Amino acid sequence: ERVSVLLPTYNERDNLPLVVWLLVRTFSDSGIDFEIIIIDDGSPDGTQEIAQQLEKIYGSDKIVRKLFLFPSGTAYIHGMKYATGNFIVIMDADLSHHVRLDFMYCGKQKEGNFDIVSGTRYKGNGGVYGWDLKRKLISRGANFLTQVLLRPGASDLTGSFRLYRKEVLQKLMEKCVSKGYVFQMEMIVRARQLGYTIGEVPISFVDRVYGESKLGGNEIVSFLKGLLTLFATT
Amino acid sequence: PLPVFPLPLFPSLSFSPSPLSHPLSPQAAMTKLGQWLCGLALLGSAWAALALAPPGLQPPAPLRQALLPLPVYLLVAFGCYSLATVGYRLATFNDCEEAAAELQEHIKAARADLRRRGLRL
Repeated sequence: ERVSVLLPTYNERDNLPLVVWLLVRTFSDSGIDFEIIIIDDGSPDGTQEIAQQLEKIYGSDKIVRKLFLFPSGTAYIHGMKYATGNFIVIMDADLSHHVRLDFMYCGKQKEGNFDIVSGTRYKGNGGVYGWDLKRKLISRGANFLTQVLLRPGASDLTGSFRLYRKEVLQKLMEKCVSKGYVFQMEMIVRARQLGYTIGEVPISFVDRVYGESKLGGNEIVSFLKGLLTLFATT
Repeated sequence: PLPVFPLPLFPSLSFSPSPLSHPLSPQAAMTKLGQWLCGLALLGSAWAALALAPPGLQPPAPLRQALLPLPVYLLVAFGCYSLATVGYRLATFNDCEEAAAELQEHIKAARADLRRRGLRL
């Protein structure tokens, strides 16, 4: 059994080695066979060069590098073609998902034989760090709206730290049409419609250690548009 | 479909598909918007039939009095519920101090180890 981690990157030169190191350590400590697929969107900051160094350090069976100019949300489709694992983890390469041993999805997945294990910031001892009141309010408000409108069967739809069975992810990729933020939401909604089981694990979302966090007026508007689209089409 | 109301904190957090999400169920084919419109149409017509009925078919006076403002009451009630729920969730939104501290430790260890292994940052 093997876990493939898909890491889409854009200008993650500082975070990438740290994320990779944390992943390698987490997997090695728990004896899980893994590979990390880095899908870079043509970063101008030297991310690819860092990825190359990491491949030399950890070996090319563990670090797979792909360059692909993609619209947000489709890096996964591209990356998945090269994934050799039977479980796929999707996460951001920006250290905002805290990769601790809590992240042993495989533990949770085994526990309930779930098709999808989703990280949630809103339950158990999951949470955030470095968020001001305004951001927390927007997050909770948006999530409430999502729960009311979509009744998705998962507490956190916009967090993008998830483990999927490979066949499940492939099936969902075929069915989903949105991009970015909304793509993550659509996956869960579709998964519910198709009858897949979803388990949840609390995660800590530590605000971007390096780099800027993206939550502005534009993000909110596109979130609302996406939510209403999902409301009307799923 | 799963309830809309605050989901209790399960020790094991998992959701199984509801039997109504079976592909052959009519509910699965309808969009959420469709479900809302159907529901509103149903409730709306029931309310209209009772509350706006012509004099001959009116239900007893006390019932009518309660029925007429009911939609507004429900809306206000839902508004209050929403505010209370979001407020509660906001107040109980965990701050992961430990996780952040741990992350900083890990970052230090990572940088040292990677430097040893030959990574040029």
